[in-house]
Amino acid sequence: MTGTTVAVRRSPVLSPRRAGGRRQRRRRRLYWIATHAIAIALAIMFLAPLIFMFITAVMSSNETLTGGLWPRSWHWENFGQALTTDNGVMVRWLVNTLIYAVLATVFMLVSSVPVAYALARFRFRGRKPAFVLVITTMMLPPQVTIVPLYIMWARFQLTGTLWPLIIPMLFGDAFSIFLLRQFLVTIPKEYADAARVDGCGEVGTMLRVILPMARPAIAAVALFQFFYAWNDYFGPLIYTKPESWTLAVGLSTFRAAHHVEWNLTMAATLLTVLPVMIVFFLAQRVFIQGVTLTGVKG
Amino acid sequence: MAAALPLGPVTASRARRRHRLRVLAFMSPWLVGFSLFFAYPLAATVYFSFFRYNLFQLQPIGLTNYRFLFKDPYAWTAIKNTLWLVVVMVPLRVLFGLGLAQLLTKIKRGGTILRSVFYLPFLIPPVAATVAFVFVVNPGTGPINGIAGKIGIHLPDWFNDPTWTKPGLTLLALWGIGDVMIILLASLLDVPKSLYEAAAIDGANAWQQFRRITLPTISPVLMFSAVTGVIQTLQYFTQAMVAANASQGNADQAGTTTAPGYPDGASLTFPQTLYNEGFQQFNMGYACVLALVLFAVAMFFTLILLRQFHAFGDDD
Repeated sequence: MTGTTVAVRRSPVLSPRRAGGRRQRRRRRLYWIATHAIAIALAIMFLAPLIFMFITAVMSSNETLTGGLWPRSWHWENFGQALTTDNGVMVRWLVNTLIYAVLATVFMLVSSVPVAYALARFRFRGRKPAFVLVITTMMLPPQVTIVPLYIMWARFQLTGTLWPLIIPMLFGDAFSIFLLRQFLVTIPKEYADAARVDGCGEVGTMLRVILPMARPAIAAVALFQFFYAWNDYFGPLIYTKPESWTLAVGLSTFRAAHHVEWNLTMAATLLTVLPVMIVFFLAQRVFIQGVTLTGVKG
Repeated sequence: MAAALPLGPVTASRARRRHRLRVLAFMSPWLVGFSLFFAYPLAATVYFSFFRYNLFQLQPIGLTNYRFLFKDPYAWTAIKNTLWLVVVMVPLRVLFGLGLAQLLTKIKRGGTILRSVFYLPFLIPPVAATVAFVFVVNPGTGPINGIAGKIGIHLPDWFNDPTWTKPGLTLLALWGIGDVMIILLASLLDVPKSLYEAAAIDGANAWQQFRRITLPTISPVLMFSAVTGVIQTLQYFTQAMVAANASQGNADQAGTTTAPGYPDGASLTFPQTLYNEGFQQFNMGYACVLALVLFAVAMFFTLILLRQFHAFGDDD
C-alpha cells in the first residue's frame, strides 16, 4: 500500500513529459487516476477475504455469530486452541502434510532431473514421442486412472497411508520433467561439450556443470511440488484414513467437527495458509519465473 | 592405420550401445512410472468398465455400465454443471486475468506490490480458500455480505441457493486468478515496445493498439490459458466438494455428503460423480466408465494443446 501512495504524490512531476497541449495533459492525468483507482479498489477486494479471515480468527466464538467487522476483544489464544483441540489433531495433520510434501519433493527431484536431462540433451529415437507422452500425462486429470490405481495400492495393503501418493514420485513427475526440460534446452550445448572434453562423464556433467546452472528451474519445480502436496485434497481424500489425514483433508472437516466455531475454523485455516505465504514471500522471484516458464515457453 | 580399420566399426557400435544404455538409464524412472502409474491403470480402466466390481467381487456384465451412463441422473447433472463451468468460468478467468495484467502494465510505481496482491490468493491452499470464502460471503454472519447489506446491496445466499452456487464458485475462481494473470502479464511485457510507438505515431488510439498489436501478439498465450483452463475445469473437484461440505455443515466425514452436490445437485461436478460412484458406493466398474468419458474429453483438449506446441516450434 505504501508504494502506491508514494506513486500518487510523486507522479505529476513525471507524467507531463512532452508539451502536448493542456487538454491532452489533463486527459492523461484523468486516465492515470482512473487506472490507479481501479487497481487500488481491486487490491482491496482481493485482500478483503484474507483480512476478514484474520479478524474472525481472533474474535470470541460468540462474536463471530454477530457479523461484527472488528473484534471487541482480541483472542490470540484461538490459534493455540486450534492447534491443541481434539488432542492436537491439527499437529498430526501438519506432521502428515510435511512428511508427504518433503518426501514427494525429494523423490521427485531425484527421479525427474535425469529424465528431463535426457529429453533435453540426448538425441535418441523415441525422444519426441516420449516428450509428447510426458505432456499428455501432465495434462490428463488424475481421476482418469484413479480406480485401478486404488485397487493396486489396496492389493499392496498401502491404502490408508500416504505411501500411494509418495512412492510414484520416485518414478518421475510429468509436470516437473516438462518444466525442467524446457529450462535445460535453453542452456547452450557448449557447456556440456566442454565438460566432456575435460573428461567429465555424463553423470558428472549433469551434476557438476548443468545442474548448478539450472538452479532457478530446480528451485521452481521443488517449490511447485511442495505446494502441490501441501494443497492436494483429492489424493489424500482417496487414500488416507483419519490417522494419516493431511491438513487439506482435515481442514475440510474442521468446521463440521467444531459446529459453528468459525473463529477456530478461521484460525486453523490461517495456520494452513501461513507457511505457504512465508515460502512465497521468501522465494517470490523463483516462483514467478517458474510460472512464466510453464506458460510462455509452451 | 591398417590395424585401426577393422577396429572402427566395432568401437562405433560399442559407442552406440553405450549411448543407448545411457539413455535408458536416464529415462528409466519415467519409463517405469509411465507404465506402472499411467499405461497399466489406463488399460485396466477399460478392462474394469465391462465388470461389476466392488473390490471383492468381479462380475462380467458386458455393456451394462455404459448403458447405465445414459440413465444415470447424477452423471447428467454433473455433465451439465461441468459444462456450465467450462463455458462460463474459463472465459471469465481468461478475460479477468487479461484485464488485470493489462492494468498492471499501466502502473509504474507500486506495480510489484499490486502484482503480489493479485497473485496471492492463488497460493492459498484450495481447501483453505474455499472454507474462508464460504465464510466471508455467508449471508448470516459473513462480513462481506454484511457490508453489502449495510450499503443496501442484497447479495444472494451463494452456497445454499442452487442458482447461485456456480456463480459463487466462479467468484472464488476469479479470486484465485493469479496463475492466469502472471502468464498473461509476462506475455504482455514481451510485446515489443517499438510496435506501440510506431502505432502511436500513426495516430492509433489505445483500443486500436490493443486490438491490432496486443491481441495478435499474445493470442497463442491466450489460447494456451484457455485450453489449460478447460482441462483444469474438467477436473474441478476440491472447491465444489469443500464448498458443499462447508455450507452444509453437517458432514462429519471427509468427502461424504448426505446428498451429492449440495445444494440440490448444483455443485456436483463430473469428477465428483466419479468419486461418489467409485469410492463412496464402490461401483468401481461404473466409475471406470465415467473415467473413460473424462479421458476422452480431456484427451481432445490435450491434442489441441499439443498441436499448439507444434505451432510454438517447440519440437526442434
